[in-house]
Amino acid sequence: MSRFRKGAIAAGFSAVALLAVVAAPALAGKLGLGREAKPEEVTAWNIDVRPDGQGLPVGKGSVAQGETLFQERCASCHGEFGEGKGRWPVLAGGAGSLKADRPEKTVGSFWSESTTLFDYIRRAMPYGNAQSLEPDEVYALTAYILQLNDVIKDDVELNERNLAGVRMPNAGAFRDDDRESAERAFWGHEPCMKDCKGEARILNRAQIIDVTPGNKSAPRVE
Amino acid sequence: MTQDEAPKGAQATRRRFLSAAAVGGVAATLGPARAADLGAPGPGDPANLPPNVPDWSKYLGDGVAARPYGKPSKHEAHVVKRDVEWLTASRESSVNFTPLHELDGIITPNGLCFERHHGGIAEIDPADHRLMINGLVDKPLLFTMDDIKRFPRVNRLYFLECAANSGMEWRGAQLNGCQFTHGMVHCVMYTGVPLKLILEEAGLKPGASWIMAEGADSSGMNRSVPLPKALDDCLVAFRMNGEALRPEQGYPLRLVVPGWEGNMWVKWLRRIEVGDAPWMTREETSKYTDLLADGSSRRFTFVMDAKSVITNPSPQAPLKARGQNVLSGLAWSGRGSIRRVDVSLDGGRNWREARIDGPVLPMALTRFYADLDWQGEELMLQSRCVDDTGYVQPTKAELRAVRGVNSIYHNNGVQTWLVRSDGSCENVEVS
Repeated sequence: MSRFRKGAIAAGFSAVALLAVVAAPALAGKLGLGREAKPEEVTAWNIDVRPDGQGLPVGKGSVAQGETLFQERCASCHGEFGEGKGRWPVLAGGAGSLKADRPEKTVGSFWSESTTLFDYIRRAMPYGNAQSLEPDEVYALTAYILQLNDVIKDDVELNERNLAGVRMPNAGAFRDDDRESAERAFWGHEPCMKDCKGEARILNRAQIIDVTPGNKSAPRVE
Repeated sequence: MTQDEAPKGAQATRRRFLSAAAVGGVAATLGPARAADLGAPGPGDPANLPPNVPDWSKYLGDGVAARPYGKPSKHEAHVVKRDVEWLTASRESSVNFTPLHELDGIITPNGLCFERHHGGIAEIDPADHRLMINGLVDKPLLFTMDDIKRFPRVNRLYFLECAANSGMEWRGAQLNGCQFTHGMVHCVMYTGVPLKLILEEAGLKPGASWIMAEGADSSGMNRSVPLPKALDDCLVAFRMNGEALRPEQGYPLRLVVPGWEGNMWVKWLRRIEVGDAPWMTREETSKYTDLLADGSSRRFTFVMDAKSVITNPSPQAPLKARGQNVLSGLAWSGRGSIRRVDVSLDGGRNWREARIDGPVLPMALTRFYADLDWQGEELMLQSRCVDDTGYVQPTKAELRAVRGVNSIYHNNGVQTWLVRSDGSCENVEVS
């Protein structure tokens, strides 16, 4: 048994151990696995940005610079004005549509934090060539997309100091998950078993819409 | 490479799914399944049936070297994941669906686990993969895959359901097949390291309350997870059903977040940052938030509500014969175990308790059956589950009454299959 680290297997997963981690993290048992990540390794991979601005790199970019870049790098999918080509994401417009029959959820009409835009462009765009943009370019594209949505004016230059302060129009419309109170009625009742309602009538059917892919032949399997 | 791949015929005005998806008059049709078509596996070749002796009973078959990695019979070639091309702008950021109607028990075969990618499948040599832990930790760490496999590990069976499973059905019956309406769920046994042990190794600093998990794929998928969940039951997994993760499921390493929406189970896991607040990433603000009828939205709707569906019969798996038949289905809950499943043959007017068979595990798929003596009458089949928190799966009408029809995610309403006198089935909604 001496080949096993004491405690790691016997007690490693207990609630007691969990409390110990929270209460006294410095005392947590170490297995001696992995190695310390070097500062330059952490810096290179640590690309995330939070709403308070933590993680924003030094840099700057204007709406005008962003417009030029957007036409070169983004408009082929998102359209010149963020209107979206084909079924690629629409980035602008949709203000006031969230209660409508067909809501248009865009950066301006729906997104809750401006920093999210920076984080996402920096890590995932352009689609198919991710992590290719310099910080200045990400600031510029963020500025252009926010300006398309009338969130900032067209003479604004964004940087690591002012981006986190940009407030999004729909920011106040989100609340944390409250299903367990708001949908309390789904809990605790004894389900009806007999004569629960009148005779069921068909209200709508999938075959009328007819958008299901065919089932007769399978896609090519290698 | 990907510009303007928009599939033909989609109507951009009828948005229903993944925000960029539209419903159009497109795609090949799945016509009404006729009883005459349903002979499969068919009457068979008389030469192979009694009193004759078939060739495979006479001649040698393949030897042991012929199939070094075994595959299903060629007669099962129709049992595949399928996608719905018009749903998304490109197949690198898209989804396919598990053929639930072709499976039984509670384990999903690895090759049939549905896929949802945001930047295609990352193909990673495990020698080139690293997991970094940084942020509010005593010491930022870097692990190789060999390091990860030296941690004490556990085996756990969990379902994984995409929050958008059944998301196309909010406005009414739309897709005609259980694979398409409910196929964004699978259940496998993961082998992995409790995330708690990995965080412990780095040492959590005071104030730590959230983690952010990040993928190594070209979408850099990132999601925030509350620290109590991370310390409770999350795993960093490297195997599924005993073998290495499949590339499309995050090889060589993925996060397992039991009972919570699939988007949080970050694949190709390359980094975990510890922090004192959520990151509010794109996937937890602009996506995977639930827009309600009044224009407000819920966020951090992590847990998957209890849900069930009859997998057989269903539109892709019609009834073929009168008399005794087996009705079969799946139930699951992100809050715990399935306590009971009821089935109705008359669209929810009368119910009877189904028979649960096989393991009943928390946050795992649970299999149920009901024997069905069918004499060709029209049926409206429904299932309804109750979990061990007392949550009763709601009807679609009950769900719409409190959520509206624009939330895309977390549609766990009761499904109805219409069975016609010829045995064919259709996705319908009933009063």
